[in-house]
Amino acid sequence: MDQKYRRVAYYPGCALEGSGHAYNRSTKAVGKALGLDLVEVKNWNCCGAMEVKNIDPKLQTYLSSRVMSIAANDMGFDTVMAPCNGCYHNLKKAEHDLGQDPESRAVAERLSSKAGHKTYEAGQIETIHALDWIKDAIGEDGIRTRVKNSLAGLKIANYYGCMYTRPRHIFPEKDQGADSESTSDPHFMDDILAAAGAEIVSFPLKTACCGGAHTLSDSDTSTKLVLNILKAAELAGADVIATECPTCHSGLEMHQIRAEKVFGERTGVKILYFTQLLGLALGLTPRKVGVQENISDPMELLKEKALA
Amino acid sequence: MPIHEKSLIRPENLETHESLVLDDVDVSGHWSTFISPRVVTDYNEALEDEIAALPGGQNIHRCWQCGSCTNACTVNALNPDFNPRFWIYLVRMGMEEELLRDKEIIWQCVSCHKCTTVCPRDVEPEGVMKAMAHWLELKGHQATSPSSHFDDVFSEQVIETGKIEEGRIVRDFFRRTGQPLMQDWLVEMIKRLIRHLPVTLLARMGLATLVRPRTRAWGPARAAIQDYVAEERVRQRAALGLDGEPGSARPGLPDAAE
Ligand code: SF4
Ligand code: SF4
Repeated sequence: MDQKYRRVAYYPGCALEGSGHAYNRSTKAVGKALGLDLVEVKNWNCCGAMEVKNIDPKLQTYLSSRVMSIAANDMGFDTVMAPCNGCYHNLKKAEHDLGQDPESRAVAERLSSKAGHKTYEAGQIETIHALDWIKDAIGEDGIRTRVKNSLAGLKIANYYGCMYTRPRHIFPEKDQGADSESTSDPHFMDDILAAAGAEIVSFPLKTACCGGAHTLSDSDTSTKLVLNILKAAELAGADVIATECPTCHSGLEMHQIRAEKVFGERTGVKILYFTQLLGLALGLTPRKVGVQENISDPMELLKEKALA
Repeated sequence: MPIHEKSLIRPENLETHESLVLDDVDVSGHWSTFISPRVVTDYNEALEDEIAALPGGQNIHRCWQCGSCTNACTVNALNPDFNPRFWIYLVRMGMEEELLRDKEIIWQCVSCHKCTTVCPRDVEPEGVMKAMAHWLELKGHQATSPSSHFDDVFSEQVIETGKIEEGRIVRDFFRRTGQPLMQDWLVEMIKRLIRHLPVTLLARMGLATLVRPRTRAWGPARAAIQDYVAEERVRQRAALGLDGEPGSARPGLPDAAE
């Protein structure tokens, strides 16, 4: 029987080749451990992140459509998995706009033909997040049977950020009943890490904004927003904040230090990608999942919980 | 009655009297505060159309002033003066002078999309906020904001090579905004970051800043995008009644990317 998402096109995006390298490494390691194939999109380009849309939203739609066009037309895939919330969001937004807005379609057509590749047609690709990938290909039961090193005793606050659920209208598959993801109270990461044995704390700021768009251009605002998130996680009793986006992740790590240096506010909660935590539970070593690349050094905590 | 929303009344229009006698009745302590009436004659009737002509602003006419956007807004929670609903109102009324009083904070929208998710009228207020911020810059009311500098630095790299390299973005951004690169907290972060990193990864990161990551055979896409962006610039400036010369308020992307 065909396993869902056993082999998907993989779009890491720019951040995963830079500051989010540990996310790239742990995602691939987890895929390998679970027997899931990731085939990187050939010669991909930047999706436009949070910035290009401010120059021109239709240009951003084109950039994202090129990635999907390569996956569909050159590589024959019908699914693209993007672990970065920004990439995931932009591909979803492009899918929505190309389906609904003739002007966006016209710009994508014009730019695609001049750039010399096939225009992406809405509906060719299903874009999924790394959370969908694990949840649907393996599922909670599948994780439970594969756990070698339970996360038992580790208290985790799951942080989803903005781009995974907002704005709601670009995620038509969400809010479709109990099995689907929720935009107001997302739970896929909670489900996955709970299946890996972790104790999930109730975390009211799971979809709060970390100010990632202005992390350097309005640093004080970002630091205040991040500090709210870190403090709320500590208040909820969490040892770790689990992340599923390189921008959120590095935002939390950077502004945790900035809060300490500029505002004199120290917080001790550790920040790890959910793929790092899942990898540890599957028996991978901290090095295999790139823990040494994290800024908020979690090694002591991991040793204490017998995970390293 | 006390005035609850003093923030919406300009201080110079509030009259407070220590003691006040009206028609021989001492009303001190009860009616000591007045809002002086004013007559607004300087409407800019084109304002709404101008905002609507910029990317993101096209649905502004749909707003019915429910205030859900402001209620959900991330930045409003930090600063009550950051009020998307109020600014949309001012734009639709053509009250340009009023809008200009907040010109220094409008760019601070962090694009969290909470407003767009809760808006019952599909205004997409997040886009409207970006349109307002661009309008302020294009019209010369406000210098290029740090956020727009960041967007420019980032987009120029994407247009030039198809990809970005974060180290270069940070350096270019600090240079363009005239800030020192070696900020205390950044230095501290880098120190903590490299503490455990293997030499191979450090070398790889160093290499990325020398040999820029790029999408192969990007040239035709670059040229097509540059044409498109330049055309859009001209269209936007014309819609705002500005001359066709691109990039007097902001660096012209196509030029800077060459
Ligand atoms: S939520 Fe929408 S309709 Fe309501 S005030 Fe804001 S923009 Fe207007
Ligand atoms: S996108 Fe901007 S205006 Fe909208 S809620 Fe977020 S910060 Fe406020």
